Amino acid sequence: MLFFIARRLAQSVLVMLTVAMIAFALFQYVGDPINNMVDQDTSLADRERLRQELGLNDPVPVQFWRFVKNAAHGDFGVSYRLRKPVSELIAERFPATMELSLISALLALGVGIPMGVYTALHRERLPSKLFMTLSLIGVSLPTFLIGIFLILFFGVQLRWLPTFGRGDVVHIGWWSTGLLTKTGLQSLIMPAITLAIFQMTLIVRLVRAEMLEVMRTDYIKFARARGLKTRAIHFGHALKNTLVPVITIIGLQVGSIIAFAIITESVFQWPGMGLLFVQAISEVDIPVMAAYLMLIALIFVVINLIVDILYFVIDPRLRVQS
Amino acid sequence: MSDAARPSPARETEPKTAIGRFFDSDLWWSFSHSPLVIIAAIVTVVMIFSAVFAPLVAPCNPFDLAQLDLMDSLKPPAWLEGGDPRYIFGTDDQGRDIFSTILYGARISLLVGFLSVILAMLIGVTVGLIAGYTGGLTDTILMRIADVQLTFPAILIALLVDGVMRGLLPPEMHEEVAIYVLVLAIALSSWVQYARTVRSSALVERTKEYVQAAQVIGLPAPLILFRHILPNVMGPVLVIATIQLALAIIIEATLSFLGVGVPPTSPSLGTLIRIGNDYLFSGEWWITVFPGLALIILVLAVNLLGDWLRDALNPKLR
Repeated sequence: MLFFIARRLAQSVLVMLTVAMIAFALFQYVGDPINNMVDQDTSLADRERLRQELGLNDPVPVQFWRFVKNAAHGDFGVSYRLRKPVSELIAERFPATMELSLISALLALGVGIPMGVYTALHRERLPSKLFMTLSLIGVSLPTFLIGIFLILFFGVQLRWLPTFGRGDVVHIGWWSTGLLTKTGLQSLIMPAITLAIFQMTLIVRLVRAEMLEVMRTDYIKFARARGLKTRAIHFGHALKNTLVPVITIIGLQVGSIIAFAIITESVFQWPGMGLLFVQAISEVDIPVMAAYLMLIALIFVVINLIVDILYFVIDPRLRVQS
Repeated sequence: MSDAARPSPARETEPKTAIGRFFDSDLWWSFSHSPLVIIAAIVTVVMIFSAVFAPLVAPCNPFDLAQLDLMDSLKPPAWLEGGDPRYIFGTDDQGRDIFSTILYGARISLLVGFLSVILAMLIGVTVGLIAGYTGGLTDTILMRIADVQLTFPAILIALLVDGVMRGLLPPEMHEEVAIYVLVLAIALSSWVQYARTVRSSALVERTKEYVQAAQVIGLPAPLILFRHILPNVMGPVLVIATIQLALAIIIEATLSFLGVGVPPTSPSLGTLIRIGNDYLFSGEWWITVFPGLALIILVLAVNLLGDWLRDALNPKLR
């Protein structure tokens, strides 16, 4: 087990270094950092001095090592576009993205798992067929269109819900939350649903497939033969084993929710990291792009690591093998 | 029971031609017995046809400035009050017929979709064949890269590649090459699926006798890979390609919607939705809604075809 975790950790570090190299290459080869810092009047001598001061004339490995050290301290320099430290920009917008992602993950799980279980247990009933058709449509619906249609109906036609921004936020330390005010909660409803729907359709299909698989196994037949109540078999025996692979996938889904938040945030002008990233891409704002890339990679690596370790905790067979 | 022991179904007349064999196949049988799939196929064919022949099908060319009349701008769909029968789905802010822009937009969307699927297939199949056939360190390195990439969502990779390409190219070239950048970005975000499938098939194929025979008579490895192994691993690749086509169209639309895809001068469906989004609040909903519906119908139809093809070619997956 320890050996396994150590190997996984080494792999994670390798992934992070690779991503750091990509981010570093962005700084090196895309655009000239000096040109982005000075204005047109700066003389060539001044530019050269600045270049020397910033260490841009050092050998590439030295620069890379400095980049990794700074990145580890959360220092990614100054945004070309907004002229503010990138770490500050990210910290400002981090809570917005996390709140949106977390709420929609809960929504997707809270609705997706029961729907998946129901469609597996009652395959032939009408609601099951309806759920499955809806989930196929859900897979085919681009996230941004769900958002636009929600805005059209609940924002423009019915005027029930605000269509952009986060509403009023309350600051608790450096964290800003929209969960404590009425407008904040109202603003959260549509973005959270938009982000949750795609994940929900995946979870329904996954839980259904796993549940059907488990219901076919011998120990379920045996439980029936022992005369256990259907309820006990379904929820005590079947669902528990269904959740093992489901938890793995859910871990990975959290990562993809954060990525899909980019789209949702753009549709609703939600002031999160994703919106920052999209603006950075269209303006070629390298420091912001690099910082976002590293942060997302870190989140993914950590989630993957947790999921791998969870495997050991949940599935006793793996512990025996190692 | 092994395959050889199973009695072959008795047929009165054995079809000789390729077309005859096709109509006799399981594939055709399952196709002709599922109405939903037939509808999906018809919708897909009609949409591809009308997109390819957009200049002939569309009532007017929305990008020919001579045909535009600003007096006709922001007209609602034909069946609503103030609608004009010439513009069935209404017009946008510059007086362009929405129906025509959808046809031209679908053309760009499908072009980017097909090109990126072909490119992703080329990259993925080559990597998969090499990894599966050579094995060893090459295999480990290639598949490690694939694994790492697979943990990141395709949309994120596509966004990133797009951003990097924009940084590398001078700004004045962005609009010209936007479509190719987009194709490359989508292809680089989706090659892994092909690579993994082809690799696992190639691992099985390389131990078979026909490959050993080819090796013994001294054929060079590239020839064995592409002439002998490739045809035997193409089935699953085609299934993935169909499903990936729907995904590529969605990614293209999303990037264009985010403003980092196709420029407004030659809009795709995603660009049209982005343009219409600005008019949502002033009540001109049709500028967004009709391109949006066209996109959904296209993706849904292709997805249905992909699902059916997967089930029909591999009943075990059902």
